[in-house]
Amino acid sequence: MTKNYLKLQFYSLPQNQAFARDAVAAFCLELNPSLSDISDVKTAVSEAVTNCTVHAYRGEVGIVTVECEIEDATLHIRVSDTGKGIADIDQAVQPFYTTLPSDERSGMGFTIMQTFMDGFSVNSVSGEGTVVSMSKKFEAEVMENA
Amino acid sequence: MNVTGYLREKILYINLSGEMDEYSAQSARVKCDKLIEENASVRKIIINLSEVAFMDSTGIGFLIGRYKKAARISVPLYIEKPNFSADKILNLSGIYSLIPKAE
Repeated sequence: MTKNYLKLQFYSLPQNQAFARDAVAAFCLELNPSLSDISDVKTAVSEAVTNCTVHAYRGEVGIVTVECEIEDATLHIRVSDTGKGIADIDQAVQPFYTTLPSDERSGMGFTIMQTFMDGFSVNSVSGEGTVVSMSKKFEAEVMENA
Repeated sequence: MNVTGYLREKILYINLSGEMDEYSAQSARVKCDKLIEENASVRKIIINLSEVAFMDSTGIGFLIGRYKKAARISVPLYIEKPNFSADKILNLSGIYSLIPKAE
């Protein structure tokens, strides 16, 4: 089966969030995804990239790296930063937990990534950065030929 | 993100269109709050999401923020016509127990 790879690097500016999720969505079109799968991927990427802007590099600008790999019918995504890191990952992934309640943050970002993707993990070192890995398997569309 | 509002029978309708994320929500917040402040005597507020093509968890925070704003002036808030993916996120967050879908 085909293998494909994409690497994007960009500043953690909020105006790059739409670009990042749209680029990943375009990249996985070769898997012939359903609209629902595409929407899940876009949302999960948007959450991960937004975390880099809002949390990892809060108050400054850093580099966000988004890597995608297609292997068979599965899309693997890695979103990494070299920002401040997450002190307590178990707490950070709890639904509705946010360090910034005054900013109208919902605390649902990691929950959405976990729910919308098939695979999800987060690794972080305080002061060094965070890597979010996600994967989604695209079910082959059933062809109904007469 | 585009925000427009109109009044009909003491109901304030707020239509959002475009993509709702961290970047676009900032100006939408200001525009929405201005509409709510200028129409404080309405019976209810309905936020129509039918033209929101994309929404991430920013939308949850955004809607709860407007809910709090409306609650301060004792006006109930409703959500109308979220698309399939917005509905999925809003359901996951349990927001409909605070801000019901308008019938």
